[in-house]
Amino acid sequence: MTTETIRWTRKDLLGIAELSPAEIELLLDTAESFSEVGERPIKKVPTLRGKTVINLFFEASTRTRSSFEIAEKRLSADNLNFSTSGSALEKGESLIDTALNLQAMAPDLVVIRHGSPGVPHMLARRIGAGIINAGDGAHEHPTQALLDAFTIRRHKKRLAGLRVAIIGDIEHSRVVRSNIHLLTKMGATVVVGGPRTLMPVDIEKLGVEVAYTLDDAIRGADVVMMLRIQLERQGRMSFPSVKEYFRLFGLSRERLRIAKDDVIVMHPGPMNRGVEIASDVADGSDSVILEQVTHGVSVRMAVLYLLSGVTSEES
Amino acid sequence: MHENLTPKNTILDAKQMARIIRRMAGEITETHKDLSDLLLVGIRTRGVPLAEKLAAEIERMEGVKVPVGILDITLYRDDLSTIAAQPEVKGTHLPRPIEGAVLVLCDDVLYTGRTVRAALDELIDFGRPRAVQLAVLIDRGHRELPIQADVVGKKVPTSKDEVIEVTFLSTDATEQVRILERKPPK
Repeated sequence: MTTETIRWTRKDLLGIAELSPAEIELLLDTAESFSEVGERPIKKVPTLRGKTVINLFFEASTRTRSSFEIAEKRLSADNLNFSTSGSALEKGESLIDTALNLQAMAPDLVVIRHGSPGVPHMLARRIGAGIINAGDGAHEHPTQALLDAFTIRRHKKRLAGLRVAIIGDIEHSRVVRSNIHLLTKMGATVVVGGPRTLMPVDIEKLGVEVAYTLDDAIRGADVVMMLRIQLERQGRMSFPSVKEYFRLFGLSRERLRIAKDDVIVMHPGPMNRGVEIASDVADGSDSVILEQVTHGVSVRMAVLYLLSGVTSEES
Repeated sequence: MHENLTPKNTILDAKQMARIIRRMAGEITETHKDLSDLLLVGIRTRGVPLAEKLAAEIERMEGVKVPVGILDITLYRDDLSTIAAQPEVKGTHLPRPIEGAVLVLCDDVLYTGRTVRAALDELIDFGRPRAVQLAVLIDRGHRELPIQADVVGKKVPTSKDEVIEVTFLSTDATEQVRILERKPPK
């Protein structure tokens, strides 16, 4: 052995904050191996045969849920989906009761998205199955940060020393929090940019630079990550109009020139074209937005694979 | 390396290994008159240097470059639910479609046959080869499945307390085959 390989020992993936750089590297390297499975004539391996995965989504999600579903199917796991509409939750069941009922069905892994931060953590303490956080409120979205890092590494061959600008609604974004944790742990510099009304107080305490104009944020950036303006999550508008937001913070081909020549443009989706990003940038040669979607499946396969080893040992 | 393993004796040195691999390459070319359909597939980890050495020998003898693929059988193992942490996955790379090809699976040691079972299952998911053969440097017996090798470098009778350690210069510091003994913990 030339390099020290570490073993994955966590039952759950609740956030990036608690992971070590070595664990992040193991996840990304494992995802690299799984990306090859997606290119095979038969895109399926028997690895998780006989394992049951429950996808529990209390918030609307198309992309993350289908990405997990594809990852589970490619690993031959049996999966089933629960979502808020049509579930017992609408009939007044408490979260704890839902969890205990799920536990009674003996799943090996539960993928959960919930509007309140900490719900996956609560579930992890209550039930024996491995828990994967697929987004908890404005707290964390670890698999998104991992797929973003995977995509950056594919293009830049490294994470350390890169300058990554994240622009938009910093306040309400779990994608930002997970990305800040991951990128700073791996030695990248993170700049967050956006209107003051969408910038949380004390954000610099997470070890990031803060910019209040688009130009300041993306100047010299290796990576520009645009966030969706989450109108439904805000309750009230934090800026006068969509038109004004685009004029000040929207990424156009013109304004992208201030970043590095070999910059890559990312977006976690779904995009609001003409609000945070212009169509010619989203579809342009610097955009890796659709690659992010492809890599999301590889990253989630890696997470399911590594966690399932730990749960099977314990149960 | 492993816990409580003590070297017992060296059964092949680098020179003897090279001679045996040369003979194995000869056997492969003898049975396959048409080398254009041939694909050598090394099973990770030390089946890969064996496949590369066999390909180099075949090229030296016949002047034909036979492609070499790499198979990582981790995702097809039958013991994933019984071992503690998930083993590292390093990926499979086949340089050509295997549909209609004649494959020679290469591995350093043939023991229970479970690795070969996993390898066959994985290969079939890539297509339907015309034939699959098995070449191993060491056959140490103790099969748990009905699997036999077509090309064998050396048969070595062993006990189950022994471990065969094959090293190649491309993956290790030495190139040799040793028998190690598993000592009960004191």
